[in-house]
Amino acid sequence: MKFGVVTFPGSNCDADMIYVLETIMGQEVEPLWHKDHDLKGCDLIVLPGGFSYGDYLRSGAIAKLSPIMEEVIKHANNGGYVMGICNGFQILTESGLLDGALLHNNTQKFISKNVHLKVGSSNTALTKGLDSNKAHKIPIAHGEGRFYAGEDTMKKILDNDQVLFYYADEEGAVTDAANPNGSLLNIAGICNEKRNVFGMMPHPERAADSELNNIDGKAFFESLLKFC
Amino acid sequence: MESTTQQLATVEQAVELGLRADEFEMIKEILGRTPNFTETAVYSVMWSEHCSYKNSIYWLKQLPKDGPHMLVKAGEENAGLVDIGDGLGCAFKIESHNHPSALEPYQGAATGVGGINRDIFTMGARPIAQLNSLRFGNIDRDRTKWLVNGVVKGIGDYGNAFGIPIVGGEVFFDDSYNTNPLVNAFSAGIVDAKKIISAKAKGPGNPVFIVGSATGKDGIAGAAFASKDITEESAQDLPSVQVGDPFMEKLLLEATMELAETDAIVGMQDMGAAGITCSTCEMSAGGGVGMEIQLDKVPTRQENMLPYEILLSESQERMLVVVQKGKEQIVKDIFDKWDLHAEEIGVVTDTQRIRYYMNGELVGDVPAESLVLGGGAPQYQREYKEPAYYQEFKKFSIDNVQEPEDLKAVADFLLQHPNIASKRWVYEQYDSMVGTKNMTTNRPADAGVVNIKGTEKALAMTVDCNSRYVNADPEIGTMIAVSEAARNIVCAGGVPSAITNCLNFGNPYNPESYWQFVGAIKGMSAACIKFQTPVTGGNVSFYNQTVTNGVEVPVFPTPTIGMIGVVEDKNKIMTLDFKQKGDLIFLLGECTNDIASSEYLYSYHGIKASPAPYFDLEKEFATQEVVKDLIQKDLINAAHDVSDGGLYTSLVEMSMPRGLGFDVEADGEVRLDAFLFGEGQGRVVVTVSEDAEDEFIEYLATIDVASTLLGHVTKGKLVVDGEHFGFIHEAKELFDNALEKRLK
Repeated sequence: MKFGVVTFPGSNCDADMIYVLETIMGQEVEPLWHKDHDLKGCDLIVLPGGFSYGDYLRSGAIAKLSPIMEEVIKHANNGGYVMGICNGFQILTESGLLDGALLHNNTQKFISKNVHLKVGSSNTALTKGLDSNKAHKIPIAHGEGRFYAGEDTMKKILDNDQVLFYYADEEGAVTDAANPNGSLLNIAGICNEKRNVFGMMPHPERAADSELNNIDGKAFFESLLKFC
Repeated sequence: MESTTQQLATVEQAVELGLRADEFEMIKEILGRTPNFTETAVYSVMWSEHCSYKNSIYWLKQLPKDGPHMLVKAGEENAGLVDIGDGLGCAFKIESHNHPSALEPYQGAATGVGGINRDIFTMGARPIAQLNSLRFGNIDRDRTKWLVNGVVKGIGDYGNAFGIPIVGGEVFFDDSYNTNPLVNAFSAGIVDAKKIISAKAKGPGNPVFIVGSATGKDGIAGAAFASKDITEESAQDLPSVQVGDPFMEKLLLEATMELAETDAIVGMQDMGAAGITCSTCEMSAGGGVGMEIQLDKVPTRQENMLPYEILLSESQERMLVVVQKGKEQIVKDIFDKWDLHAEEIGVVTDTQRIRYYMNGELVGDVPAESLVLGGGAPQYQREYKEPAYYQEFKKFSIDNVQEPEDLKAVADFLLQHPNIASKRWVYEQYDSMVGTKNMTTNRPADAGVVNIKGTEKALAMTVDCNSRYVNADPEIGTMIAVSEAARNIVCAGGVPSAITNCLNFGNPYNPESYWQFVGAIKGMSAACIKFQTPVTGGNVSFYNQTVTNGVEVPVFPTPTIGMIGVVEDKNKIMTLDFKQKGDLIFLLGECTNDIASSEYLYSYHGIKASPAPYFDLEKEFATQEVVKDLIQKDLINAAHDVSDGGLYTSLVEMSMPRGLGFDVEADGEVRLDAFLFGEGQGRVVVTVSEDAEDEFIEYLATIDVASTLLGHVTKGKLVVDGEHFGFIHEAKELFDNALEKRLK
């Protein structure tokens, strides 16, 4: 499978993502530039974390208008795989590829720390390979990560089993205390109805290198490789 | 309007701009005529304390500059460069942004982060990690809370968007910083030694470019502002505070990294203090050339800016670049790709003079060399005098301090003290993991450890200074700061390589403040020679004090030490957490009957007058050598130094990560409060697993360093001399949440 990692001006997790996909997972990766009009034959497009266009106006609000996003939206509508991490998730909700919105954390502060994730739906390429009983230790680092959706949208997300991950405690219990940012129902990531677009605030690419002593995130990429 | 800035300056105007009357005379002598207003403004910023180091350079020159691991010595380029092997160099530096942060904490701190990172990547080094060292006044004051919130958010917002992890730092509170907080930011970067970008202009005829942001009226004469006292009137200097744009800085970083890969570039310097003035003068003086600069070609944010405003603006995220003639297009294309300005504003000449033009008219003509540090800028040796308190403090005796009956209560008091409690509230607002290089996120250690991907190595880094010790005894206190930094590097498995320093002191014209400065330099030299860690650069920040009704109260003298060290084999990174129940706990280093300058004495007993704690440089070094050896021989499974809060705090810190505890016996030779809470230096706690016990004990017999078996690791109970001090989850609850509670 060929991965495409998009660099927007202000992306700062693009190199980390490329390192994990290429060096740790041994995959072919094509760097994509925000001004490109071509996805260069990539099968799975990753929108990495960072502060695209400075996150001015609103996180992801300007990135959705970039030339590359026109192509990414077409790719997704044709059933191609797209994954957005952190700022990438924000861009996906802004572009309408995913439902809901990501608001300022309820603490009104940026939060950078390890959290634990419980798998929601196992019926996606990203989650099928994950142990659904395990609490996966994955870092977050964001100021605007509070997932929100209106009642009808929320009902649709739940009815269609679109929740990828919930914030949980070390034992895997989804509790208020384990919710770092005030996300509705502790939601940390969702997919679209067609299950080919994934968005999540936590950073699995920050937990995939054994030299950093936490490889819980590696399983996320293994799952993609196996089930995409 | 031009005519006013072209008119000859008067001595009153010069003084108004921050020059001294005799300095104005010096300028007249250099130029052979009376300078105009624009030229006087140029001299006023270049000869300000901030740019010229005029009151400190005599002493700074006495610091050790060279060592076994140096690629570039201090002062030759923007930041010193340490050889870390594999053809790689590490550029690192620490800088203050104290005065701006005192007025506008958010932007003041943010632009401090921006400035220090530009110093690193302007050399062609990609920043890999940041640290910061923050000092605030009394935590219960509303103004302190406002400053803490603003500074932390400023550092976070800038650093998080810029995308370089913050891997460590320190936060300290004391009344002496009530008016004047200290914000010291550190950055380290890695560069291919063959691709270092010079900060020198060369080759007459080569074009000069300004790249990055447009120039505005923000931060005009910020360097001059940084060179005077903070007073009640300082709020009027608010226009001197710059405004940062981390997004622009990120683009500038990426464009610079691409530029470093080409052969189009002769030299480059970031525009920090004194903006275009400083970068044109320093690059020209560095290369022994001159420049002609067309100020009207500088992209500006507003119309009708005067020549001196363009020259003195400290708008952020700008660089001056000297390009190889004929290769201009390469540079333009790279900056075009990143949607950044790159405007040709002048040319290198062989005149050694800087000539500034506005719409074809010459508005300033000055010899480059006359403006810069090490050239014509003034250098003064200030008077200094030992203050009376120094001998007073030495009269302290532990015998006059009543030992409290309930030491458990003291322990809980200290664990919740803002200087000791967890700084989680602060560091969780910083992205510590971007870059996927922070090796200490999941493995706590005494220093930040950063992975150098694709090699066997890692880089350890730390910032340290207990300014209470430095106040008590500048010379010993600063030796301790260097030693503690080295101890932290060593306990993390590294070998200290070099230091950068941020010297925060009071008014240099105050002989007692200056005595503290001189003592600090002497102590730093002695310790740096011992540890073979040369000083690669840094900065001096004077005028940190409160002036109330004409009385100056300086901040605690604070020579912050930023140190890096190389971990040759990243499999040998040492962590600080207890690993399992039953492991033996040993103390290396002398246990002394000393509570001088401890947080315990200062805050619990409220006794402010005492000398620096016990310290012996030779013994300190010997202990650190033993720790290095033990790590190499795989004989220990945890190491943590004894510092603020004393041994008890260290033991709790080692217990918390895995929820374990300790059962220790005190040393009968010293008072129990001194044993638990004294801050005598040169001590490291290590743990030994059952398997390694025999070999470890055999090893102890071969060394000449004091060692004591303290006890063993427990499942979570904390026991001292058979007395129950509670459970680790209780201690952790106090330790983790104290700061947040106090800041609410």
